Amino acid sequence: MIPAQFDYVRAGSVDEAVSALAEHDEDAKVLAGGQSLIPLLRLRLAYPEVVVDVGRIAEMHGIRDDGSHLVIGAMTTHAEVITNELLRRHCGLIAEATETVADPAVRHRGTFGGSLAHADPAGDLPAVALALDAEFVIAGAGGRRTVSAADFFVDYLQTAIEPAEVLVEVRVPKLGDGWGYRYEKFQRVAQAWAIVGVAAAVRRSNGSIAEARIGLTNMGSTPIRASAVESALAGTGAGEVAAACEAAAEGTSPPSDLNGKADYRQHLARVLTRRAVTAAAGY
Amino acid sequence: MVKISITVDGERHEDEVEPRLLLVHYLRERLGKVGTVVGCDTSNCGACTVHLDGNSVKACSVLAVQADGGDVTTIEGLANGEWHPVQAAFKECHGLQCGYCTPGMIMAAVDLLANNPAPSEDEIREGLEGNLCRCTGYQNIVKAVQLAAEGGAR
Repeated sequence: MIPAQFDYVRAGSVDEAVSALAEHDEDAKVLAGGQSLIPLLRLRLAYPEVVVDVGRIAEMHGIRDDGSHLVIGAMTTHAEVITNELLRRHCGLIAEATETVADPAVRHRGTFGGSLAHADPAGDLPAVALALDAEFVIAGAGGRRTVSAADFFVDYLQTAIEPAEVLVEVRVPKLGDGWGYRYEKFQRVAQAWAIVGVAAAVRRSNGSIAEARIGLTNMGSTPIRASAVESALAGTGAGEVAAACEAAAEGTSPPSDLNGKADYRQHLARVLTRRAVTAAAGY
Repeated sequence: MVKISITVDGERHEDEVEPRLLLVHYLRERLGKVGTVVGCDTSNCGACTVHLDGNSVKACSVLAVQADGGDVTTIEGLANGEWHPVQAAFKECHGLQCGYCTPGMIMAAVDLLANNPAPSEDEIREGLEGNLCRCTGYQNIVKAVQLAAEGGAR
């Protein structure tokens, strides 16, 4: 299918992007790598009057070290994320999850920020960002503001980004010594979306788990933090992981669709959380 | 209309295009590069895979305006007087049945080998996960990539 007609603005800077968005407000859509938006345009599920291309804004590319955090430009591609040495060293969970996103050709175009701003609950990166307490730097007419991951994901395909705003970069706290991580994704076939995914980061101390951060993919209309498991895991050893992970589906209302019913997804969440935590803890 | 300048298979083109024009349609309908085919139309199958600035992309999921200033290689630009080694390997191993997925499969395989010159069988299968062969002829496709990696095809 061929997209409906739209006007095209190629923004040269964040300010230009924000002005173009402010001018057209809800009739405009931001184009990043296009790997979600272009299929939506083709299927005419989206028909903006104006597309604002932010793909060439230099400031929005690349990954830099900011001491306690890594700062990932929203337009950094998945392929760049996977091969970035800084990221692999300090936020390896992001690299591991990104390797499971779509396929190599899509990862060459798709971007870290685009994927998060699209906020598909079956996407892999939102749960990772939530588990790692990432912070989202959003630019608008009034300047820039920072939103925590807990407040960023609002609903199905909805984030805290307003129509006349653009996501510039994402700040992710580095995982220091003692942290292990794992992204467990259950899918039917290669390159498919996650039926359920679990992002786990675990810090061990003196042979037991001192701290755990767990994000769930596709267990509701937004990524969900498995807080009950996180509390249950604190201070536990290898023998107690399975029991703690029984709480993984608590408070979730996952979708029922052709890939599985809600209760099946809740079962998967428990199993995948156990696997992810066990691997992350090195048990 | 938006003015774009784009190099395709070594030749530079200046054109005016509608913003909604997809790269794959630009290649096929404007430039006559019909070696690149449209398969699923929804970025699943990879039949339209080309290289943009040296990386594999699905040309049905890139706007022509996004490729402005870029360097595109299609299946038609791969051979340089003689078959590209991956093309030769697909011929040698009969890495095709109906042949519809072949242009995209070869472009994805060339990209895979550029990043990983000696892939394992698993790495080949994972590297080609974005390209579907509806004849399910994967066995010989994998063999062809292995042969090309070994430098066995001429």
